[in-house]
Amino acid sequence: MSQNGTVENVTINIDGQDVDVPKGTNIIEAVKMVGKGKEVPHYCYHPKLSIAGNCRMCLIEMGMPMRDRETGDAVLDDDGKQKIGWMPKPVIGCATNAAPGMHIRTSSDVVVESRNAVTEFLLINHPLDCPICDQAGECRLQEFSADHGRGFSRFIEDKNVKPKRTRLGPRVVLDDERCILCSRCVRFSQEIADDDVLGFVDRGTYSTLTCYPGKELANNYSLNTVDICPVGALTSTDFRFKMRVWFLKRTHSICTESSVGANTEIWSREGKIYRITPRRNDAVNDTWMTDSGRALYKTVESDDRLTQYTIGGVHQPVDQVAAAAVDLLRGGDVAMVASAHSSVEEQFYYKTIAERCATKVSLVSHDGEGDGLLLSEDRTPNLRGALVTGLIYQLPAADLSSLARDIHSGAVKTLLVVNEDVTTLGIAPELLAKVKLIYVGTHTNETAKEADIVLPSLMVFEKDGSFINQNFRLQKFKAAIPGPSGILPDYQVLEKIAAPLADEKPAPVTLDMVWERIANQVEHIETTQTWRGIGEQGLPLEPGSLRELPFVETKNLKYDPDAWKETQAAAAASEG
Amino acid sequence: MAIQEQRLIFKHLDEPGYSNDIDCYLRHGGYEQLKQAVTMKPEDICAEVMDSGVRGRGGAGFPAGMKWKFLDRKSGKPIYLVCNADESEPGTFKDRQIIHKDPHQLIEGMMCSAYAIQAKLAFIYIRGEFFQGYRILERAIEEAREKNLLGENILGSGYSCDIIVHRGAGAYICGEETGLIESLEGFRANPRIKPPYFPAALGLYQCPTIVNNVETLCDVKHIIEMGGKEFAKIGTPGNSGTRIWCVSGHVQKPGYYEFPCAAITLGQLIYDVCGGLKPGRKLKAVIPGGSSSKILRADERFTGKLKNGTDFDWGIEDIPMDFDSLMAVGSMSGSGGVIVMDDSTDMVEALANINYFYAHESCGQCTPCREGVPWMRKITQRMIEGNAREEDADLLNSIADQIAGRTICAFGEAASWPVQSFIAKFKDEFVEKAREQAARRKAGELAAKETTLI
Ligand SMILES: Cc1cc2nc3c(=O)[nH]c(=O)nc-3n(C[C@H](O)[C@H](O)[C@H](O)COP(=O)(O)O)c2cc1C
Ligand code: SF4
Ligand code: SF4
Ligand code: SF4
Ligand code: FES
Repeated sequence: MSQNGTVENVTINIDGQDVDVPKGTNIIEAVKMVGKGKEVPHYCYHPKLSIAGNCRMCLIEMGMPMRDRETGDAVLDDDGKQKIGWMPKPVIGCATNAAPGMHIRTSSDVVVESRNAVTEFLLINHPLDCPICDQAGECRLQEFSADHGRGFSRFIEDKNVKPKRTRLGPRVVLDDERCILCSRCVRFSQEIADDDVLGFVDRGTYSTLTCYPGKELANNYSLNTVDICPVGALTSTDFRFKMRVWFLKRTHSICTESSVGANTEIWSREGKIYRITPRRNDAVNDTWMTDSGRALYKTVESDDRLTQYTIGGVHQPVDQVAAAAVDLLRGGDVAMVASAHSSVEEQFYYKTIAERCATKVSLVSHDGEGDGLLLSEDRTPNLRGALVTGLIYQLPAADLSSLARDIHSGAVKTLLVVNEDVTTLGIAPELLAKVKLIYVGTHTNETAKEADIVLPSLMVFEKDGSFINQNFRLQKFKAAIPGPSGILPDYQVLEKIAAPLADEKPAPVTLDMVWERIANQVEHIETTQTWRGIGEQGLPLEPGSLRELPFVETKNLKYDPDAWKETQAAAAASEG
Repeated sequence: MAIQEQRLIFKHLDEPGYSNDIDCYLRHGGYEQLKQAVTMKPEDICAEVMDSGVRGRGGAGFPAGMKWKFLDRKSGKPIYLVCNADESEPGTFKDRQIIHKDPHQLIEGMMCSAYAIQAKLAFIYIRGEFFQGYRILERAIEEAREKNLLGENILGSGYSCDIIVHRGAGAYICGEETGLIESLEGFRANPRIKPPYFPAALGLYQCPTIVNNVETLCDVKHIIEMGGKEFAKIGTPGNSGTRIWCVSGHVQKPGYYEFPCAAITLGQLIYDVCGGLKPGRKLKAVIPGGSSSKILRADERFTGKLKNGTDFDWGIEDIPMDFDSLMAVGSMSGSGGVIVMDDSTDMVEALANINYFYAHESCGQCTPCREGVPWMRKITQRMIEGNAREEDADLLNSIADQIAGRTICAFGEAASWPVQSFIAKFKDEFVEKAREQAARRKAGELAAKETTLI
């Protein structure tokens, strides 16, 4: 690395073509950078784990410009070009780092033959399980066998027999016969999850993956091993045998478990979610996510979902319910309990509503213990959104005692609650009975039950929108499945409330229209920003002094408040 | 007439009355070289070792002086010396003799070497089965410590270094230097990838480490005694010093015999030194450097050019016993394990035996070795069990070709070379095996012959 922290580029030659890559890039990544779908096939290499070099699938040919041993001068060929000294044996791409002038062959006879050989070796003892294997359709072995397999077997001996169904932990099952011993899961457990419970027993061809006796793979990251297992050896107890992956639609989403905002992919079919997996974002979650975050979709179909717009418990058309809400809000003495679970767009609307009826806005914190990795102390996905949109100006308190006093004193007569059960936050049901209550939320609770007006809202899987994570990174998510029938996206319902409050006619808003307003009105968002314009990797915002608020999060995978403060101090010092 | 051995390393060890305690060693002039070494500049000892040209006795034959030169001294990390006493290459039984009968020679050689490379700590990694050897070493180290020949401030020189003896748990792969290092650190002996983990830079505990064979380290003592240049005069240029040949198999007098490099031919070793073959038997083949080295066929003609440019044209008996000559005939001197086979040997069975060993010993880390070697074993096992096929020879060869040169460690070659060379030289026997069995099956007989194998 050079002094200003940038990595210098070097020129290497891949299959006759000169390419510039950062010095030290391994050849698997370097070839990927060439683009055009070029790939060095590999199993054990994983960009976020240490290099094991055991699968030998990534063998390539490598040469360096020749120099005379005595004089150090370049050795030239007949055309005056520097000769390339090719290594006598193929080398592994994953452990070969780009150096100036390096030459690489990724498709020579030797290379292709090496891959074919590794493929044959991996298959001789591999069960022919594809038809009943959950990995089929996303199996590297299956894919590379199509490219590098013989189509027939030279192996007429008996295959090895190993355990077929080992429970490694509550969420992970192992089929040792399918395991290609790439050690990705072992390295993940050691290096990322810091829970060194997996390892190999026995030797040679009998090597068997297993859990240390008396331990189990039970940490909150265990399902990442299933994701990175290149074959169907590790499967998720939850997902196993439920669905063929090629039937599933993949939708980009954001995990709402905490302010980390892990990037995810929702796998769904015909309106039903089957699993959630992490999506790589090196600025947020690398390639990982928690097990608990993957389970969040389980409440989509639960019995306590709110599925009807109601007034006084009676199902009414949405326009009528919205109008009733407007009437209540116009009555004055309104307070709002907003939510850090709402999307940026929704928060923007709540802020508008709050302004239009001079409402005091409270927001409740939901804190838990952080794990230092991808579960932060703040268990809401969008507290930064509430700050950026101006819905709130300071960090939330843990309960609503001040609001309770206002209700008690009669200063608040109408209450709009978003996704919180205020009865557990210091407002007893008797107190709640003193106010007119509007409830907006996804699931019912004691507060919803007391509400005069109920506006069901969509879960993150059912709508488009965006959140702002702990690092003030604006990240968008998309609807993977439809919501309960008849339920509109929240911002459309909120438009029906916000517009009349300013004596305007509600517009048939789209997300793009909402974003036009957000971009024009929100200080920390560029005026040209659109929702569509938020990249798949998110967009870092410049939140100014908001960053200096005393947030609860402590250091985790990509969040380091102390380091940030140091850089700020250093910058200030160098300027001063 | 038997040719007289010229012993250097084994000089005293079989002398009547020679015992492995320190007093006996001191009576025979022991530790004089260590006393001398600690008065020398470490880099001067390294220079002597370089001048001596001594090559590693563990298998690869890499010049020790060169290896020491590669040591990363700039990192500021402690340097370690490791003695490889795993001795598990089939056909090799020399290190054990040194450990059992002359442990102080090894300790002296190690302390001289440790001082030369300025090691902070030295280890002897001893094969798990050598329990007796382990006890002998432990005692010898205690004796040496009492006399301040190791430990703190050795002989008042200001240099301190101790030796720790570490027992393996019975795996061939622990002899591979990076597997050994992993094992020494307390892990499975999974060899490391090179690059980046060259021991001289990132060895034991990621510190610069020198791994040398027992015999190589003993040589260092003699290099100090006679000086590098004088040592280099033993043998021939590039093949200096003596080698201990461990002869096993179908000879009258199997055993270990020490000669200067190139002082004898393979023929002299078998017929003059080892008393020839069993009566009425003819030489069929020789594996000259431990089971990993490529087999030589008795009726082959070996022709080519030596490193120094001279042409050679040898029969098997003419091959000089040294590093370069055995390399020139397409094999290697390896660990010095000379396995002699007469015409009673069934080559398929012999290979089945070797394959069994390698399949059992693969660490299982990398795909070609883990899957390919046991496959070769399954084939040769099937062949001797009566189900040989004519195409098996080519299949075996093709599998070996798919392993060699593509693995994490040299075990891949060690396991492939026997197969490649057996098929290259005795393919007819492998094909014949299938035909014979087919004929017996046709005649209603049992296809497999009785075998004494595993
Ligand atoms: C599979 C395998 C097994 C080995 N076993 C031994 C052994 O038992 N003893 C030994 O000294 N070297 C053994 N070696 C060689 C070592 O890796 C290493 O090269 C040697 O200890 C270096 O010492 P030297 O340079 O003094 O020969 C083995 C190598 C391989 C690939
Ligand atoms: S792991 Fe892959 S190749 Fe193996 S059975 Fe499953 S889908 Fe097929
Ligand atoms: S279970 Fe999967 S990830 Fe783990 S070693 Fe086996 S193949 Fe690799
Ligand atoms: S070549 Fe064999 S012994 Fe060496 S690392 Fe690979 S599997 Fe292990
Ligand atoms: S990816 Fe497995 S060896 Fe390189």
